Amino acid sequence: MGPADILTILDNGIEPLVELLASTIRLATPLLLACLAGLFSERAGIFDIGLEGKMLAAAFFSAAVAAMTGSVWLGLLAGIAASLVLSGIHGLASITFRGNQLISGVAINFLAAGMTVLVAQDWFKQGGRTPSLIAGGRFEAIDLPFATELRDVPLLGPLYSELLSGHTILVYLAFLAVPLSWFVLFRTRFGLRLRAVGENPAAVDTAGISVVRLRYAAVAICGVLCGIAGAYLATALQAGFVKDMTAGRGFIALAALIFAKWRPWHALWACLLFGLLQAAALRYQNIDVVGILIPVQLMDALPYVLTVVILAGFVGRAIPPRAGGEPYVKER
Amino acid sequence: MDRMPKWADVLLIPLISLTLAALLSALVILAIGEDPLAAVTMMVKGSLGSTYGWGYTLYYATNFMFTGLAVAVAFHARLFNIGGEGQAVLGGLGVAIVALSVPWPHWSLALAAALVAAALFGAGWALIPAYLQARRGSHVVITTIMFNFIAASLLNYILVNIMRPTGQMEPATAKFPKATHLPTLHDLLAPLGIPFSKAAPVNITLLIAVAACILVWVLLWRTRAGYEIRAYGHSEPGALYAGISPFRITMLAMLLSGGLAGMMAVNNVMGEAERLVLNAVEGAGFIGIAVALMGRSHPFGVFLAAILFGFLYQGGAELALWTNIPRELIVVIQALVILFTGALDNMVRMPLERLFRRRAGGGARGGAGGAGSSGSGGAESTAPKPHTRTTPIPGAPADEPAAGPTAADSPAASDPATPDGRRHPPV
Repeated sequence: MGPADILTILDNGIEPLVELLASTIRLATPLLLACLAGLFSERAGIFDIGLEGKMLAAAFFSAAVAAMTGSVWLGLLAGIAASLVLSGIHGLASITFRGNQLISGVAINFLAAGMTVLVAQDWFKQGGRTPSLIAGGRFEAIDLPFATELRDVPLLGPLYSELLSGHTILVYLAFLAVPLSWFVLFRTRFGLRLRAVGENPAAVDTAGISVVRLRYAAVAICGVLCGIAGAYLATALQAGFVKDMTAGRGFIALAALIFAKWRPWHALWACLLFGLLQAAALRYQNIDVVGILIPVQLMDALPYVLTVVILAGFVGRAIPPRAGGEPYVKER
Repeated sequence: MDRMPKWADVLLIPLISLTLAALLSALVILAIGEDPLAAVTMMVKGSLGSTYGWGYTLYYATNFMFTGLAVAVAFHARLFNIGGEGQAVLGGLGVAIVALSVPWPHWSLALAAALVAAALFGAGWALIPAYLQARRGSHVVITTIMFNFIAASLLNYILVNIMRPTGQMEPATAKFPKATHLPTLHDLLAPLGIPFSKAAPVNITLLIAVAACILVWVLLWRTRAGYEIRAYGHSEPGALYAGISPFRITMLAMLLSGGLAGMMAVNNVMGEAERLVLNAVEGAGFIGIAVALMGRSHPFGVFLAAILFGFLYQGGAELALWTNIPRELIVVIQALVILFTGALDNMVRMPLERLFRRRAGGGARGGAGGAGSSGSGGAESTAPKPHTRTTPIPGAPADEPAAGPTAADSPAASDPATPDGRRHPPV
């Protein structure tokens, strides 16, 4: 058996693996965007369990506008705008009126769940969904340079042309957002202040910087990222909006955020892990690992179980931003 | 005192919040091209216009009383149990196991056993989040959210792989035996000569839910444990100083909360479906949040709010049946209620407090410092006490004066149990 044969065998074996990993990347993208969204908000001391609702609203409005105008970019803008409106409500409740951030998040999730169906039914009369998006209304897959030429190169060919190439632009954007978030949060003055406002807002206030403005900025960034995440769901991952299409992704992103202990690079790995779990659950019903049958329901529940384990502090302790969840009251 | 009168806190603020939510809902109905007045008329007729409508309204209200009480009890200990949904799912599992595994001679015995099982299973599902909060400071909101999803997966697995009768496609248990059939309100009222719709699912569990409201009131305001729960909710340092164990109170409040949420399953699983299906809870666990917020965490308030939401649910179903307004309108109303009575509580409260202060200020103004100090005092009373991990939950500590501004003044670092100032790390 020559070396060429070994490569062929490897190639054949690698095919399903590459497919699984490519699916992982696609499924990890919305998680990653939402996770980074939560990262900005929570680092600034504003807890956000409304990621799910913001994504859902963005998913609907992006699909709706894309369907009506035929332009996916207008759809993306509409999705971001919808998400920003909900962010504004959250900011109003938790920053301006110093309300309970968790309750506000719950309200936003329900608001999105109800409004999307209500408006969808009113606009399209298709039982709470948008029409299927056709070309132009969807983000198309992008072929990286030389993807077709390199396809036949053993081993590396499929990795490049199937795994890395052939995703939509939002996927690349999401992965670029990781170093960008890291840079903004840890290498810029704005990022330093944003993190400080989540740890010790009084100190930031003493330095003469507006706590309120910083927190609103963080909530707005969160809104933009959630908007992209939602638009990705409806206009790239799938072709149109269906009722409750986020299906708990906002909460998985929240779980990933805790899993990553509020750090951008770790968020990437956490989202890839949870994306892999989703991809595997989607692909295989029950997985047979050395004679033990793992039911698909366990795969579904695993992100949540892992998060509880992390939260319990058995595998390293997840320490959230110190001032998280507490409205800031200026001293008089 | 710079606080506003009690009636304003208990009645006026919820009423204003509710009015705001209702107005916005009316705008939403207008925006989708329907007539709000006609919609309300249809809702009232559909849910209160016949004993059939009442039967459904009260059936839903029964669910919401249990889940509302569950959230309210936890609120009193300043814990936010968002996991009522998962706890009710597990409660349903307990009910199904009890109903299917024992040949019950009479429904009353089955009911008693099912109540115990539902409460135990619900409390059991709250046990791990409660313990993690009490001992390891893992935020109970996040763990209970995670447990909701885990519960859904667990039930899915159990229904598909274990409890589904062979040959049945649908993931559901077998039909419960006839002997476990609970008497409906029709059966209960017939001997009294009162006619009531036979088709409506409201059943004897309604009476148990009302009893639960009364018992929770007795527990919270007439027992030592209830006093400790409320004291802990008002001020953790104060409770510690009084020798109240935070661990014990957190566990007690969460287990009670989980148990109450679980008991809901007696109504929907045993009383209505008479078998366990996927998604039997249908979001009632989350509606408990709205109900508890609207009822200001008081059992009587929860009772009223539950009936209101029962009306909304049945009315919403009627709307969906006869008009183009989908059922999701109720979800929007629910969101607005949570938003205005919960998160935006201060938006209504702050101007009102200012108004009352101005009216009271005319005669009883003490000195020159009065205006300034009462101003900052008002701000403090709405601000979080440093020992809490989150903002005060509206309603929970509202019925009694809070531990006072002194608690707000002491830095968290002085709390003996929290050297780092944070007993409960947030999300």
